[in-house]
Amino acid sequence: MLEVQNLSVRYGAITALHGISLSVPADGIVTLIGGNGAGKTTTLRAISGMVRPASGRIVFDGRDITGLPPHEIVRLGLAHSPEGRLVFANLTVMENLRMGAYLQRDARWIASELEHVFSMFPRLKERLAQPAGTLSGGEQQMLAIGRALMSRPRFLMLDEPSLGIAPLLVKEIFARLVELNRERSLPILLVEQNAHLALEVSTHGYVLETGRVLLSDRSEVLRDSPQVRGAYLGG
Amino acid sequence: MAIPKAQRWLLVALVLSGAASAVSGSIDPYFLDVVMGVGVGVVLASSLNLINGFTGQFSLGHAGFMAVGAYTSAMLSTVVAPRMGWGAGALQWVFFPASLVAGGLVAALAGLAVGAPSLRLKGDYLAIVTLGFGEIIRVVLQNVDAVGGARGLTGVPTHTNLLWTFGTASLTVYTVWALLESTRGRGFLAVADDEVAAEAMGLDTTRYKITAFGIGSFFAGVAGGLYAHLKGYLNPGGFSFEKSIEIVVMVILGGMGRHAGVVFAAILLTLLPEGLRELGSRSIPNPFGGPAWSLDWIKDARMILYSLLLILLMLLRPEGLFHRRQPRRPSS
Repeated sequence: MLEVQNLSVRYGAITALHGISLSVPADGIVTLIGGNGAGKTTTLRAISGMVRPASGRIVFDGRDITGLPPHEIVRLGLAHSPEGRLVFANLTVMENLRMGAYLQRDARWIASELEHVFSMFPRLKERLAQPAGTLSGGEQQMLAIGRALMSRPRFLMLDEPSLGIAPLLVKEIFARLVELNRERSLPILLVEQNAHLALEVSTHGYVLETGRVLLSDRSEVLRDSPQVRGAYLGG
Repeated sequence: MAIPKAQRWLLVALVLSGAASAVSGSIDPYFLDVVMGVGVGVVLASSLNLINGFTGQFSLGHAGFMAVGAYTSAMLSTVVAPRMGWGAGALQWVFFPASLVAGGLVAALAGLAVGAPSLRLKGDYLAIVTLGFGEIIRVVLQNVDAVGGARGLTGVPTHTNLLWTFGTASLTVYTVWALLESTRGRGFLAVADDEVAAEAMGLDTTRYKITAFGIGSFFAGVAGGLYAHLKGYLNPGGFSFEKSIEIVVMVILGGMGRHAGVVFAAILLTLLPEGLRELGSRSIPNPFGGPAWSLDWIKDARMILYSLLLILLMLLRPEGLFHRRQPRRPSS
């Protein structure tokens, strides 16, 4: 579904990604793990067109999307829920969700997507008229994911959905993501610092370090790898 | 439905402007001048509110766009109209609004020319570019003899009346409001709230910013035209950096992105210096007998009082006079 080949990204003089390659199969959940500054977020930002790669190719569903502007990439069905729960704090929950369906004009279609989001995260329905800035951290993350789903994406990228959220809510959110992947056969590319959790829900994993792919394998293999255990799973 | 109701309000405002205009002959000319100044202020503040308030950009060049519109429409009235015989009689009623629109369009073009390359810049950088643009416009006007240079442009016919000023003010407020309420209108707020998230939703954020900039500059240009035909005289010094700041202050005081608040702030800040001037010409009767206490000092301290009042307002209501939405969370 998504192929990244030899991707390099530079921020001025600093090279953030030194030619990484990865692939996400059509029904998989693939996770990128690694410490701070490993290049996880940069990888997602390059795929969704927010930063321009210095070299390399990104192929989505057989189409080369390298260097396309973000709004055209979203149009192709690739949704990105950015790091840090970037909800529109001054807009209401409903307005946030509607922004997610920005490229969609059909009202019935939007209504059915809204129903789907509410069935996933019933809490959001209770908070519809509230400005998103007043939600709790976990609710904002639900909103950010729900908003990404409103475009009915064919591919979902999530950046640190567990960051700063109560453990119980994290569990709930991840359970929903797995359901989503199974029921809608939606491929997910997940960036996580919580390597333990990420390797539990994913099918494949990539370990990044200073802009390079250090290891990649099936998630259960990575979970048992002494290298990963030592560095990311706390022994 | 909300929209027809808003259009009804617009209609009422237009009719009221026309009615007020019809009886303006019996109004004190100084007072009339102040009131029309208020109308021009509302146009300027509302249009800048679209850029700085709703779309979250920081333009410091609004006076520059106003100047472009002012000189364009003034030149049309002083040079083109007399030659073609359009300046008098019934034709004036067609030519004057046309010259206002022309001034607006040229200002919008200038806005797009400045905006297209620089709106990829954010925050302070955009402020510097627009500040530079405003100064360039002023310096150019000061040195082009064809528009009067530093002496200014005189003999502009005083076509501006209550109908044009408040008609334009109502139209500006309505346009900005309708734009925000339109299907895609929330996009402006989204760009202001979080550009990265807006981009991730598939919004063409640059296009939103350029649209806001173009429409904002258009109305600044129209306001310039109104101003030119109100005063009958244009001086490049009147479109300085301070003028831009004055408009920015109206937007901030009104509560960045509040329709009514910004209108109110524009009225308040236009009236305040005039009110203080008026107060300075009065005196208080001395309760101990003897000569009355003159308030003459207010005249000299007018701008100090004005500044102090702004400082106080900002300390007491940092979110603006009319702000109702949740204060923005501190960004991490």
